[in-house]
Amino acid sequence: MFALNVNGYICGRKAAGIRPAKPLKTLLRLAFLSLVLLLAGTLPAHGHGPEAPAAHGDAEAAEFNAGQLIMGHVVDDHSWHIAGDFAIPLPVIIYDTQRGLQMFSSGRFEHGHAAYNGYMLHDGKIVAVDAAGNVDEAASANIWDISITKNTLAIFMVVALMLVVFISVAGSYKARTGMAPKGLQSLLEPIILFVRDDVAKSSIGPEYARFMPFLLTQFFLILFANLLGLVPVFPGGANVTGSIAVTFTLALFTFVVVTFNGNKHYWHHILAMPGVPAWVLIILTPVEILGMFLKPFVLMIRLFANITGGHIIVMSFFSLIFVFGVSSPVAGYGVSIVSVAFTIFMNLLEMLVAFIQAYVFTFLTALYLGAAVEQSHEHKESLV
Amino acid sequence: MFLSALLDIGTGYGIAAVGAGLAALGAGVGIGRIGGDAVQAMARQPEAMNDLRANMILTAALVEGAAFFAMVVGLLVVLK
Repeated sequence: MFALNVNGYICGRKAAGIRPAKPLKTLLRLAFLSLVLLLAGTLPAHGHGPEAPAAHGDAEAAEFNAGQLIMGHVVDDHSWHIAGDFAIPLPVIIYDTQRGLQMFSSGRFEHGHAAYNGYMLHDGKIVAVDAAGNVDEAASANIWDISITKNTLAIFMVVALMLVVFISVAGSYKARTGMAPKGLQSLLEPIILFVRDDVAKSSIGPEYARFMPFLLTQFFLILFANLLGLVPVFPGGANVTGSIAVTFTLALFTFVVVTFNGNKHYWHHILAMPGVPAWVLIILTPVEILGMFLKPFVLMIRLFANITGGHIIVMSFFSLIFVFGVSSPVAGYGVSIVSVAFTIFMNLLEMLVAFIQAYVFTFLTALYLGAAVEQSHEHKESLV
Repeated sequence: MFLSALLDIGTGYGIAAVGAGLAALGAGVGIGRIGGDAVQAMARQPEAMNDLRANMILTAALVEGAAFFAMVVGLLVVLK
């Protein structure tokens, strides 16, 4: 919450008049965060989860299934796998329209092997089961899953990280007004200035200052989530921005902010493009209206596919070791040299992609905002 | 289809793989042209480098977006 205000504070340094956040704005920011968190929990990309729960027990562990390993990593989960058989169970919070709110640890499911309290994990989804352990489709439809899943927890950690980082940066900015930046501040100030000058100012124009908090929040949320997703050990590794629910929410906010900030000219251009014959408008207006929805939709798909694709490629290179290792240990060790080199290379490439995707998402949002708030009559052609 | 019969996998999988390959081909051509032309433009006009770079990355991202549609469709077929 506060980090967002901090963002606004830092980048608004040259913008005239820094007002304290109004209650409405604060409420909107709170709604933004809570919606991201809620959607991350309710709409996990479970539909195409692994066929069976992750290898558990000796009989299953003997056979290596690369597809299962990769998908198990990429999709959201009710527990956070650390190493071997050890996974952190995460709280399950479900609202059953018949039985009310229920909360318990996902450890009760024993990785999908056991039913608890009439519920069970089936293909990564919580379903209702009867006494015999059969899935009850009708009762399952009543379940609203708002659990704290792996992605939700990862977003909490991104938020915590952003709070710590930006409160400290804002503090050092205030303490060192007019002086050279120091420490963390000197790392982040160029990035913040980059977003202000090259993203916001160049594409939105004179009104850029009022969108800076939104753009910076979006940029750093995506960037931090992307980078944390690349860390292979515990606090990282969750595929947050590679979850379609998260990118959907981010794109939804772009859509809402662009649509609600659209001025007279923006709507005039969409509903009746000036200087176009009436019969062309019959085709053009529906296309423009479709475009309003298509733009955030493409934003959603781009971020999702980029990050998921990156995670899949890294995991595929890593899996090669074990694919070869199954046929012979020597081949496994031999391939591991190449494989680890490629994995590191891909991880470094993904770091670049993490920046580029955060940039592209914010830049396109800024372009759409620029088109929405443009004052002049000359129509500046924007991409897409 | 011949390949899928050969490898004993579903035809859908084979066609999904071919689709993913075609999408990569299209994106490769697109991004290659963007990169090539951008470098050429930068060489001709080094003072415009920053603008060109921003536009290059943006256009590449747009091309990539189209390719990713195909990738997601391919993934959906394979993973169902």
